[in-house]
This record gives sequence, C-alpha cells and structure tokens, in this order.
Amino acid sequence: MTGTDRAGGANGPAGRGGTGGTGSTGGASVPGKPGKPGPTPVPASEPFWAAARRGELLLQRCRGCGRHQHYPRVLCAHCWSEDLEWVRAGGRARVWTYTVVHRPGHPAWAEDVPYLLAIVELAEGPRLLTNLVRVDPAEAYVGMAVRAEFAPRGDTALVRFAPDV
Amino acid sequence: MSLRGAAAVVGVAEVPPKRTTPGVSTLDMIARTAAAAVRDAGLEPGAVDGLLVGPQVGETPQHVPATVAEYLGLRPRFADLVDLGGATGAGMVWRAAAAVAAGMCTTALCVLGNVRGETQPRSPNRNPIREFDVPYGGSGANQAYAMVATRHMAEFGTTAEQLARIPVFERANAQLNPDAVFHGRPLTVADVLASPMVVEPLHLLEAVMPCGGGAAVVVTGARHARRARHAPVLLRGAGERVTHRALSQAPELTTSPLAAAIADAYTMAGAGPGDLDLLSLYDCYSIMLAVTLEDAGLCPKGAVGPWLADHDFSHRGDLPCNPHGGQLACGQADLAGGMAHVVEAVRQLRGTAGERQVHGPSLALVTGNGATMSEETALVLEAAS
Repeated sequence: MTGTDRAGGANGPAGRGGTGGTGSTGGASVPGKPGKPGPTPVPASEPFWAAARRGELLLQRCRGCGRHQHYPRVLCAHCWSEDLEWVRAGGRARVWTYTVVHRPGHPAWAEDVPYLLAIVELAEGPRLLTNLVRVDPAEAYVGMAVRAEFAPRGDTALVRFAPDV
Repeated sequence: MSLRGAAAVVGVAEVPPKRTTPGVSTLDMIARTAAAAVRDAGLEPGAVDGLLVGPQVGETPQHVPATVAEYLGLRPRFADLVDLGGATGAGMVWRAAAAVAAGMCTTALCVLGNVRGETQPRSPNRNPIREFDVPYGGSGANQAYAMVATRHMAEFGTTAEQLARIPVFERANAQLNPDAVFHGRPLTVADVLASPMVVEPLHLLEAVMPCGGGAAVVVTGARHARRARHAPVLLRGAGERVTHRALSQAPELTTSPLAAAIADAYTMAGAGPGDLDLLSLYDCYSIMLAVTLEDAGLCPKGAVGPWLADHDFSHRGDLPCNPHGGQLACGQADLAGGMAHVVEAVRQLRGTAGERQVHGPSLALVTGNGATMSEETALVLEAAS
C-alpha cells in the first residue's frame, strides 16, 4: 500500500509546499524546491473554492436547460444562459480514466511518485481531473465507484476521490 | 466555394529537429526555414505576399506576424497567427489556400520554428487548466495521453505490446531518413516495453522527444502553381474541429474530433480511406497515432491493436505511414513537428523522397493534432497529374 500512502501524501495537509489560493508558484517549504501550485480562483469560481474549504462540492446548474457544469463559468456552456445556480453535488463519481504518474510534469510532485491522477464523472454529469487516494495504483480501474473528499491546499482545499465503499 | 483544387503547395523546407539548438534565436530559425521554403519553390522573396506564423510563447507574446514580416523584410497583403498546437501546420495550409482563393494574397508563406535550450521555461498560463488541473499534479501532455490510452485499453482490450508496434515501425521507417534524430537506432517491441514507465500505460519510447527546429511550406493558387519549379501538390480536401482544452472536457476519449475533421476532408476531396496511397499522421504518442488510424476509417473503432500486426507501414508496404519516421523517430520541434507531416507528404507526392520514396503516390492524408485531441485538422493532398 505504499502507493496509497504516497498518493495521499501528495496533497496531504502537512503543508509541504502548499502555496495558497493565489496560485503563486513560490512559497516552497523546502529551500530551493518549488512549491505545489494551488488553485488560481477567478470571480466565477470563488464560490467553488470557498465551498471546498468548508468540505462541500458545489456545481453550477443552469436554470435554463437544467444541466450541471464544471468548471464554473459566467454562462452555461450548453445553452449560454446566465441564469446559473450553485447546487451541492452528492460527491459520488465513477472513474472515467486514470493514470499512474511516474515522471510528473511539474517538479513539485517529484517526491510523490507514483501517484494516481484520474478524470472522474460525477453522478450529476460533469467531469473533473483529480487525484485518487487510498487506492493501490494496481487496483484502480475504469468505472470504479469513488466519492469526493477534501484536502487542504493553502487557503482552500482540493477535491479528491477515494473508493466509495 | 470549396477549396478543392484551389491552391497548391509549391515549396517546402525543414530545419531537422535537434535536441538542443545553441546559438540560434527563434526568429533566426524561422527566417532560415522560410528562406529555404521560398527557394525550394523557385521564387524570389518579393513573390511572398501572404504570411502565416505560429505563437512564440514567452518570446513574442503579441504582434508575431509583424515581427516575422519585419525580420524577413516582407510586406504581406495578408498576415495572421495560427494557434492550433500540433494542428497549426495543417491548419495553415487550408487557411493559406482560402486566402489565395479569396484573392487576399497570391503566394503565402506558412512558417513555424522554435529553439530549445537545456532547460525549458514553465508555462505562464492563467486559465482553467491551470486552475483546476495543475494543482493535482496534472501538468503537461504525458498524463493526458496516458489517460486516453488507459481508456482505449479498458474499452477495447488494446495492449501495451500492440501500441509498442507504432514507435517500432516508425523507427524502422526512420532508418531511411538521415535527418531523423533516431536515424541509426532501430527499436524492438521489447525495447519499448523495457523503456522507463513515464505515465502508465505509456513508456518513454512511446512519447516524442522535444526538439528545436523549423518547417515551412509555400502555398499559391493552382494556376500559378503550374509554373513552379517542382510538381505542385494540390489541396484537395480539408476539415477541422476544435473541441476542448482540458481532457476532462473532451467529448469522448477513444474517438478524437479528428474523425469528423477527416470525414469533412474526405467529403471535400471526393475520396475515402481506400483511395489513400500515403498516410502522414500526427504521432506525438503511440496512442494518438492508434486512435487516428481508427478515426481515419482505416480500421474499425477499437480494432487498431490487433490490426497493427496485419499491415506493413513502410514505404514499400500496403499502407505507407510516416515514411520519414514521424515525430516519434524524427523528434518534435514544437509546432514545426506537425508541419513536418505536411512537408513529408509533399516530398512523397512530388516523388522526391529519395530512398524512402513510396511508389507513385497520388493521394495522401495528413493530420494535425493539438493539446489532447483538442485542435484537429485533416488535409487530403494530391499529386498534380
């Protein structure tokens, strides 16, 4: 289960390199090493990250066509209505696809390998890129049922997914 | 108005990819590549009155066409920037043809070039992919293509051994291309599978090597082209789709938007997969070429794994594909890597590809692909009879 532990450590609350909601790439806690970049909220996405900090997964739902979307936008990407409301998502999802990263694209993840990246499809429809945690990389599979949980990163929290058991 | 037969590629040039390009600026690289393509067309610089260039991230963030025009001493009647990642080269060709057909210019130079040092600057992005993907360790293209491969394997049972055949046949082809970075270094399936795992299920040798280099083409009207130095290569069909940037927003994972772009190109060309004599298909990763072979209608969706073993993709084979070795064997000079697929198709259709010349090809499919199956362009090119 070393993979699980490492994957968990990748975004854990220990604060190694967390850089806060401004998304600065500075702020490394280890001298000479880059910190993990945090989210870079814009006005349309502020409520999403504020909710994540409280441990809630919010989605936009369009009052015009009824569809959910993620990431947050100022209009519905399906019908272009600006009549959007925030709704709390159930947090249940299926793994749409995944990979085990051995050579990360960003140096701040160098010590976290191997870690699991996945795109999950929420029960409400939208898909998002995330980390799978408490999953042995060899046990991950397409279609796996997973559930959202939150891990502090700077002054917000990342939403990641663990097996839904 | 259809672009079918409206314009032709009359000049091509490449500065072959190299791992590093010391002592050269991006503008130097673009200028040398551009001059070589115009010389190849047998034209004087003054004949160029259209200019298409690509983005130069971090170096010339704005005003790229003007900067390149000034450096080259050109005063084009039509100038533009094409920003379609790996589809930029193919996307330039039909845009140049459209500008020529619309009378906005007579002869358009389409040029891409980049330089590469020992270290690369990080992307300055401030966009949704930076906000929602990068914080999870989801930076770069490797992880995204790996997730396409994972899904293809899960849906269709495609195996690592099957995908490994792609870099192997491309390396074999590249042994007849002295300009390829991996000329003199053929591969076996075992070599690919023994190479380091980068992002499961993709191994190091299933990914392109980033390089510096340049590639350019010169496009002019079909009538004008008959007086060109080389046999002209006509644009017979084109299609394009742009669907998403982040892979999480892709409409599908195992069918690329190239399927629709290629279908449009076939329709314009009045041709289909059975009419092709040559494939010059974008191949940043093994899985991208695999998906493209399916999306071009050459094999049924999902069947590419076993299908690969039944075909010979060499210049003498039943289905010549990337006879130059593709980007997997030549190296990828950033956006010029995509244009290199156009250049190779033109050389083959002219009959000037040397040792690796395919026997008498008349119709070629060229694809370009940007981001992760996001920016997709297909061209059908035809040897002038």
